Amino acid sequence: MSTETPAVRVTDLTVAYGELPVLWDIDMDVPAGKLMAIMGPNGAGKTTLIKAILGLVPPAAGRVEIHGGLYRDQRHLVGYVPQRGSVDWDFPTTVLDVVMMGRYGALGWFKRPGKRERDQALTALDKVGMADFRARQISQLSGGQQQRVFLARALVQDAQVYFMDEPFQGVDARTELAIVDLLKELRTLGRTVIVVHHDLQTVRDYFDWITLLNVRRIAGGPVDEVFTSENLKLAYGGRVEFLQRQAPCDPPPDAPDLGSYPGRIRP
Amino acid sequence: MSIPHLEILAIAVVTAAGCSLVGVFLMLRRMAMLSDAISHAILPGIVVAFFFTHDLASPWLMIAAVLTGLLTVVLVETLTRTRRLKEDAAMGLIFPALFSLGIVLITRYAGDIHLDVDAVLLGELAFAPFDRFVVGGADLGPRHLWVMGGVTLLNLLAVTVFFKELKLATFDAGLAASLGLAPAAIHYGLMALVSVTAVGAFDAVGLILVVALMVGPAAAAYLLTDRLGLLLVLAALLGAVAAGLGFALALWLDASIAGGIAVGVGLVFLVVFLVAPGRGFVAVVLRRRRQRWDFAQVMLAIHLIQHEGGPDEDDESRVEHLHGKHVGWTPAFTARVVGGAEKRGLVELDAGRLRLTDPGREAAGRALSGTGS
Repeated sequence: MSTETPAVRVTDLTVAYGELPVLWDIDMDVPAGKLMAIMGPNGAGKTTLIKAILGLVPPAAGRVEIHGGLYRDQRHLVGYVPQRGSVDWDFPTTVLDVVMMGRYGALGWFKRPGKRERDQALTALDKVGMADFRARQISQLSGGQQQRVFLARALVQDAQVYFMDEPFQGVDARTELAIVDLLKELRTLGRTVIVVHHDLQTVRDYFDWITLLNVRRIAGGPVDEVFTSENLKLAYGGRVEFLQRQAPCDPPPDAPDLGSYPGRIRP
Repeated sequence: MSIPHLEILAIAVVTAAGCSLVGVFLMLRRMAMLSDAISHAILPGIVVAFFFTHDLASPWLMIAAVLTGLLTVVLVETLTRTRRLKEDAAMGLIFPALFSLGIVLITRYAGDIHLDVDAVLLGELAFAPFDRFVVGGADLGPRHLWVMGGVTLLNLLAVTVFFKELKLATFDAGLAASLGLAPAAIHYGLMALVSVTAVGAFDAVGLILVVALMVGPAAAAYLLTDRLGLLLVLAALLGAVAAGLGFALALWLDASIAGGIAVGVGLVFLVVFLVAPGRGFVAVVLRRRRQRWDFAQVMLAIHLIQHEGGPDEDDESRVEHLHGKHVGWTPAFTARVVGGAEKRGLVELDAGRLRLTDPGREAAGRALSGTGS
């Protein structure tokens, strides 16, 4: 694997807001074809890491390579799904139009989307089960539907590496499983998918690679090796109410709040 | 209508359309008040450029104003980035400072010239026909019409050519940046357009009207459509209508034309706000009322289904029972709900007893299973 070019290579990345370091000297290699979770407590810098890789926040130091090249040269290989809450859902546009936005990068400046882009968008909407909603104004969607639309928009980008910021935030279980199936399908096609994730319970089912983050990189690698109680303790600090051998469908009797992640982490 | 009147009307309509186009994007970016800030803050730029050129028609005034407009945006963003104060407060600090600097400069050094404070604030549309655009002795019409025609054309060109880029940068700047579509450049380009529009419009129609024309028509059009392209067209049209309406109003009342047009913008917004299909006030009130009756009818059906086949069915299904101590409706309300439910075929009335029909049972079932009625 060391001979293969990683899909994402981050070297000595430091990001600071003013004097306050948000990410300290991050080194991270993500091999191609992995489905990776970025995990860590609130304020660990998960979103900032993605944004710094994508050049949306300026790093104080460090280097990012996508498939062996600098990000600005490899932009076309990268797909991005921001947090659902980062956009104004009252914006005057339709579902189909939002999905077509995923093609804007490939279209380049000035060129308008046409029939080809429309067909691509419809195919992607069909894939996420939202084809019937194509003409809807986007404010009329539920949270899960909004997330599916964002996913469809990422699909039409036809990228090699996807960055997704909390795609499971506020979606119901059915949508979550549908999204996971799609992500696994992307992996089967050899794409790399990097997901900011919160739910410790589902890591083993969803992901094969993980980076644990808490301002510094705590650990990273295959889930089987890295997703251990010691590493979780290092990342989250204190006692992590999670037993590695526990199957997700077999919760401990003393954990009442399994519907959402905070119940499982006690500082 | 006389020729000068037509010329004034043409200036007003063209200015309104040009302001509305950039106003749409300001509104969608939640920056409507930036029109206020920029249009005021460009004043010192204009004054300083005037000192150098001594010519109100000089293109340097335009350039200086655009630079001052961009400076305003940069200053507001810098102040906001310190996280010591919010953007609205930063705006409230920056633009009065710059504007008053312009006022001080005018009153101290330019008291005897055309640039006076009233004209800056309220415009002097009535005099616009006297200011001619003359090339080689030939009178080509009012200068303001040419200026605003050019500015509006520029805005039209910009929102057409950069439609997709403006849309993405406004809706999702993060994606725009990751796709390499330079949302920051788009942002400052838009701010430059706002500045150009403001400086072109201010000495024709005044600063107050610039703000009204950038915000009002865009806000009204937003209530009428879900499509950005149509929103732009509607905003320009509504702006033009408001300008025409306001001009007629001013003629009729023999009042300030800029004032009349500002009132026209307010009237157009008010009418759209009231009668816009789907989102207007009237439509919302009607929908709420209908939903209230629908809900009450479904409630009735659920009440009946709960007691259906039970020992108290006979008692619970009496109409009088509904306005008795159990359900607690007034007799008049009950009568309307029962009447409506009957008409919809949800219930049948049989000797003072209500009986659910099959559609009624279905409606109650749907409501109880949470899929709506």
